[in-house]
Amino acid sequence: MAIDVATVRKVARLARIAEPEDRLESLASELNGIMAWIEQLSEVNTDGVEPMTSAVEQPLPMRDDVVTEGGDPRLVLANAPKSKDNFFVVPKVVE
Amino acid sequence: MSGLTDLTLKAALDGLASKAFSSEEITRAHIAAIEAARALNAYVLETPEKAIEMARASDARRASGDAGALDGAPLGIKDLFCTEGVRSTACSNIIGNFVPTYESSVTTRLWRAGAVMLGKLNMDEFAMGSSNESSAFGPVTNPWRAKGSNRPLTPGGSSGGSAAAVAADLCLGATATDTGGSIRQPAGFTGTVGIKPTYGRCSRWGIVAFASSLDQAGPIAKTVEDAAILLTSMAGHDVKDSTSLSVDVPDFASFVGKDVKGLRIGIPGEYRLDGLQPEIAALWDQGVAWLKDAGCEIVDISLPHTKYALPAYYIIAPAEASSNLARYDGMRFGRREEGTNLTETYENTRASGFGAEVKRRILIGTYVLSAGYYDAYYLKALKVRRRIAEDFTAAFHKVDAILTPTAPSAAFPIGEKSDDPVAMYLNDVFTVTTNLAGLPGLSLPAGQSSDGLPLGLQLIGRPLDEGTLFSLAGAMEKARGVMARPDRWW
Repeated sequence: MAIDVATVRKVARLARIAEPEDRLESLASELNGIMAWIEQLSEVNTDGVEPMTSAVEQPLPMRDDVVTEGGDPRLVLANAPKSKDNFFVVPKVVE
Repeated sequence: MSGLTDLTLKAALDGLASKAFSSEEITRAHIAAIEAARALNAYVLETPEKAIEMARASDARRASGDAGALDGAPLGIKDLFCTEGVRSTACSNIIGNFVPTYESSVTTRLWRAGAVMLGKLNMDEFAMGSSNESSAFGPVTNPWRAKGSNRPLTPGGSSGGSAAAVAADLCLGATATDTGGSIRQPAGFTGTVGIKPTYGRCSRWGIVAFASSLDQAGPIAKTVEDAAILLTSMAGHDVKDSTSLSVDVPDFASFVGKDVKGLRIGIPGEYRLDGLQPEIAALWDQGVAWLKDAGCEIVDISLPHTKYALPAYYIIAPAEASSNLARYDGMRFGRREEGTNLTETYENTRASGFGAEVKRRILIGTYVLSAGYYDAYYLKALKVRRRIAEDFTAAFHKVDAILTPTAPSAAFPIGEKSDDPVAMYLNDVFTVTTNLAGLPGLSLPAGQSSDGLPLGLQLIGRPLDEGTLFSLAGAMEKARGVMARPDRWW
């Protein structure tokens, strides 16, 4: 199934990457090239096969729900583009 | 240049132990070598002051009889590892001047063993690439050149800086990471030894995430023994990584030199691709001959789903990447490009911060996970992944390890494949299967191309059986004899 310009525009929007209109055509062609090559997976019979989500066959470890590290906003904010009074400063979210 | 940089890690540790030289001396020799080799662009950040401080502390420990397994040995660290107080960027503009306030678990182990940090090593942006050309700091140049040519070659990727630095004697060994071949392919391209251990051997905590179910850390080193020494210090259980395995770490170096007689070595027919370069095929045959001479039994095996590994990988890895890289939104760290509203700020930040290959993979990942395509692509790829893993499980009933080429070619010129993503992806055709199955894979230099460039062979082992790989690689290294070194043109 071919990826058209409208699909690229939608996917870029979902991924929150601004792609200029004049790039969409060439991106569509690049992505189509890659997806056409990936299509060969349809040749594999996977009836009754469980999806493999992890390379490790072990149950997820559990631990007590207690704070182990934290409580230092100075460290958390050390790389913030903008911060004030121990908070991140972000653009207005609610109009 | 000082003879101290020519030493293997093992020889350097012996020299430090016998007080033939100090850590400060060998560290200064490496700092000078790094300064003289800036043309390679292997280091994106040199930390000479920190290195000398760490070296002096090591010398003090040694004087008081308190030395660790790597004490005083200067190493390079791939820029994917977060290092406390030292800029860590994953070679991406979106991370900008990020200075971590914490240390990755793997590097914490190295410093605990006494190692010295020389600086941060170049790599493909977010470890996405096979040539080191997608780095925000520009490409790394391979220390090797084809006979009679000055054309700059790639060192492979994504751990191109790590591999080039080890090959050019700019560190005694380096950390690296491997999601689809990013340790082994550059090791193959630079005549160095690299091992991606079993998934879960090394903690992923503090390593910038690319595709979490595939990412593993490992060393790139000058010899098989050096790789074993480094992995012993890097591996180990870590409660901060829920996929880290709670298993003992053996002394991997003790496996090097062990007799390999009677081990059964699988040769997978499916890896003999149509159009496999004759010199790669000949190298593979040479590897088989060495192992036969060492008393191994050679067994033909079948891994029927091999050809589907790369296409499955190019769904799974971008899907996980699109999710992992959602955190780079310009709010808490890194670059922020303001827009007129929040969504536009996100979109501008990510458009200007990510490079072309990273964007391409995020878009593919977002596409295959989007409504209507999830089952057809993502779920299908996860099922094919199990088929690939089952191929290996069946093969390991018949054999103890598998021998393959590392990559389909020798190092290629910078720029040669950068316009064709699929051609670039095919570099990982022999390595990506072990990431999908979670198995250990080791690449060692086995010979040279007709142009005089290094070529690697790969050994694949059972889960947690890195020891057998070190024994086999040690036997092959011995049969091969001394490897040529790159001429110092830089």
